[in-house]
Amino acid sequence: MTIDRGRLPQPGPTRPFAFPAIDKSTLPNGLRVWTVRHTQVPIVAFMLLVRRGASSDPPGKDGLAAVSADMLDEGSGDRSAIDMHEALARLGAQFDTDIGSDATVASVTVLSRFADRALGLLSDIVVRPAMREEDFLRVRQLRLHRLTQIRDMPGAVADRAFLKLLYGPHPYGHSPIGNEASLAAMHVDDVRAFHEQTIRPSVATLLAVGECQHDAIVQLVTDCLGAWTGACDGDVVPTQTLPRGPRLSIVPRPKAPQSELRIGQVSVGRDTPDYHALLVANTILGGQFVSRINLNLREDKGLTYGARTAFEFRRMPGPFVLQASVQTSGTASAIGESIGEIAGIRGARPVTADELSLGVAALTRGYARSFETADQIARAVMQLALYDLPDDYFAQFVPRVECVTADEVSRVMTRHLDPDRLTTLVVGDVDTIGQDLGRLGLGDPVVLPPDAF
Amino acid sequence: MNLPFTKHTLDNGLDVLLHEDHACPIVAVNLWYHVGSKNERPGHTGFAHLFEHLMFEGSQHHDRGFFQPLQGAGATLNGSTNADRTNYWEVVPTGALELALWMESDRMGYLLPALTEAKFSNQRDVVLNERRQNYENRPYGLAPMALLAALFPPDHPYHWTTIGEIADLEAVGLEEVHAFFRRYYHPGNASIALAGDIDADGALALVDAHFGEIERGADVEPVRVSATLPGDVRIRFEDRVELPRLYLAWLSPAMFAEGDADLDLATDLLANGKTSRLYRRLVFEERMATDVSAAQNSREIAGYAQITATAAPGHTLGEIEGVILDEIVRLTSEGPTDGEIERGRIQAESQFVFRLQTVGGFGGKSDQLNAYNVFKGDPAYFQRDLERYQVVTAESLRLAVARYLDPGRRVTLSIVPRDRIALAAPDSTPAVVS
Repeated sequence: MTIDRGRLPQPGPTRPFAFPAIDKSTLPNGLRVWTVRHTQVPIVAFMLLVRRGASSDPPGKDGLAAVSADMLDEGSGDRSAIDMHEALARLGAQFDTDIGSDATVASVTVLSRFADRALGLLSDIVVRPAMREEDFLRVRQLRLHRLTQIRDMPGAVADRAFLKLLYGPHPYGHSPIGNEASLAAMHVDDVRAFHEQTIRPSVATLLAVGECQHDAIVQLVTDCLGAWTGACDGDVVPTQTLPRGPRLSIVPRPKAPQSELRIGQVSVGRDTPDYHALLVANTILGGQFVSRINLNLREDKGLTYGARTAFEFRRMPGPFVLQASVQTSGTASAIGESIGEIAGIRGARPVTADELSLGVAALTRGYARSFETADQIARAVMQLALYDLPDDYFAQFVPRVECVTADEVSRVMTRHLDPDRLTTLVVGDVDTIGQDLGRLGLGDPVVLPPDAF
Repeated sequence: MNLPFTKHTLDNGLDVLLHEDHACPIVAVNLWYHVGSKNERPGHTGFAHLFEHLMFEGSQHHDRGFFQPLQGAGATLNGSTNADRTNYWEVVPTGALELALWMESDRMGYLLPALTEAKFSNQRDVVLNERRQNYENRPYGLAPMALLAALFPPDHPYHWTTIGEIADLEAVGLEEVHAFFRRYYHPGNASIALAGDIDADGALALVDAHFGEIERGADVEPVRVSATLPGDVRIRFEDRVELPRLYLAWLSPAMFAEGDADLDLATDLLANGKTSRLYRRLVFEERMATDVSAAQNSREIAGYAQITATAAPGHTLGEIEGVILDEIVRLTSEGPTDGEIERGRIQAESQFVFRLQTVGGFGGKSDQLNAYNVFKGDPAYFQRDLERYQVVTAESLRLAVARYLDPGRRVTLSIVPRDRIALAAPDSTPAVVS
């Protein structure tokens, strides 16, 4: 065999791939039990999804959902927090809780021979937490320390400030961790009440992926969680209007060698019919290494280690965000270039046929790779449960993406992004870059106090 | 439990490791070069990693970005450099295996003709920004520099971090790239692993066809330097942080050496997770720390064990140091409980099974085969690696702790908020960080 170095080998056809088949049941208490048999490795991944997250924080109680999630593994019944973790460790389990805007997820992955014991522990953790006051005080104190620490983390400062700028008092306007005042005012009774109102079977789905049988899992879940009852409050419905804040803000970080950038706006929810077109558009704009923005800021100008954009699709309209850490001297230039790229892809510089085919191929040809491990499959299936997507969603993904045209990219970017409404935030050295920022045509930068969030 | 494979060595010295797994229509291509920042010299630090960046900027027969054709074929890809090795990987749909091999072989065989001053200076700027982002502009980000510099003497290649020193990165010239490439980037110093939806015979023929024509270079001499600590080296560093953090570090066994697995389990039971002894005392009971963690960082020619804890407001690093030493002394005298040993064993078994889930990427099966091949000369080491953890006893763990976590011979690094030196562990002197 000889190699032709004169041209790149063309990739051959993609072998058909059978997406995971989901077996579904619903218990009398409303809990959905979904399983996927995946027997590559003798393990089982359990995930308990509850469709209530930080956007359910009551007014003035920012951070309550996250503290409540943190309290789940602090013991149950006679078990202390340490006992609970000792029990998990003795199974060699990987345990995690995750809190987002729309959901709380507790997950445990174990060798399949420990599946029943792991599910028992997961059930005690999520449904029957002890919620003792002494544990609450310790957990809250650790969260307050965390808030202190992240004041020095430019990325965390930027994320918190940016949500506030985009959303104001809207349920998406705060990061899950909350703030000092709200945490300080919180009481263990708040946590108990929140758990009572939100962690309920009617909004929950138990996923099991791995070496498992559907009927056996349903029986096991019935034993562990069949007695779990209670209705849940309705979905979060925002009543607040979105703020129209300054176009350019800066949180001072004296002598910072880099500026942490966020540029974006409130955009669109997961239920948009434009979802697939937006994925393609974002891939071309800032969603992959060879995106316009990364090639411009990193590979052409060397201003950053990397820049990326994303539409954060959620149950309600989520943000579109560009994020990058750029060297201080190049801050204004990076902002100008980024906004130019966002504006350009809406029509002034439409995507080329090459860009389109590369973007589509990047999303479709490697799609099967997202279904390799039990955890990956569980996370993919969880999206169906969280966003009410149909069973054939995975099978339809590739054909839907392949239909996207260049005109559609321009159309959806024009519809969902507006350069005049973009909000730009910098965490950086205001003394060095303040003047440059003033010349961007975005108005004088509004200086935000570092402790305003 | 095992990780089956076949191994072949091409005429030019390239090791080829093949593992079939047809669950998903993807193939992992994973290529290791046995070179890292350990091969650098003082004054030239950061070069191995900067060179890794240049590998993505195009080669003679594809003088454009490395990412584009592969992302267009549905691949995911990356590379990384550490003290001991540099790895490059792609996970491609089965039909794009040939493309990945073509691309990897072109940059192994034909990188230099495409390398220009413009690419070089662009990637140097990118790396300086990587350094700013991950070290300079990050709280506690310079701790690794201070810690390694104190643990290892200036002529030891673990004295510096892989990202390198700013002055060295600014001083390096394009001519060094050529010498470095010739010395380290050739088939005799490399190992390629393919894992996934392949037919082993066909895959071997493809690898041979693409890489067989590349000439072998001179063998690379192993680096051999040893280190000892003179006593308790107590240093401090003022940083833009709110809470002070204490780092205790000891020289420890190299990767796979005797005592390495014992210390792995010892650091776990001391400070990893809510069941660990130090978490219970420092965070749960006495509440003088906000977090605590530990690791046995074993590398190819030496290791260092490390315990890290952040003080809660109102507490000093001296108090925390006292508790940590107290627990080390207790572990040294009483040893671990049977329950702790049993827990460590089952956690090791689980971790090894979890590691078999994915063919590619950092830590996937292809990466593990290369690690065992490059560092042990034995890609079949997976099973024996697990056995190392299963034979640890309470007494062997106790002896390893007694031998290596010696309170009299260590580095004690305090990182404190600016102008709050009183929070540092006592008797510390300013650390030099570059």
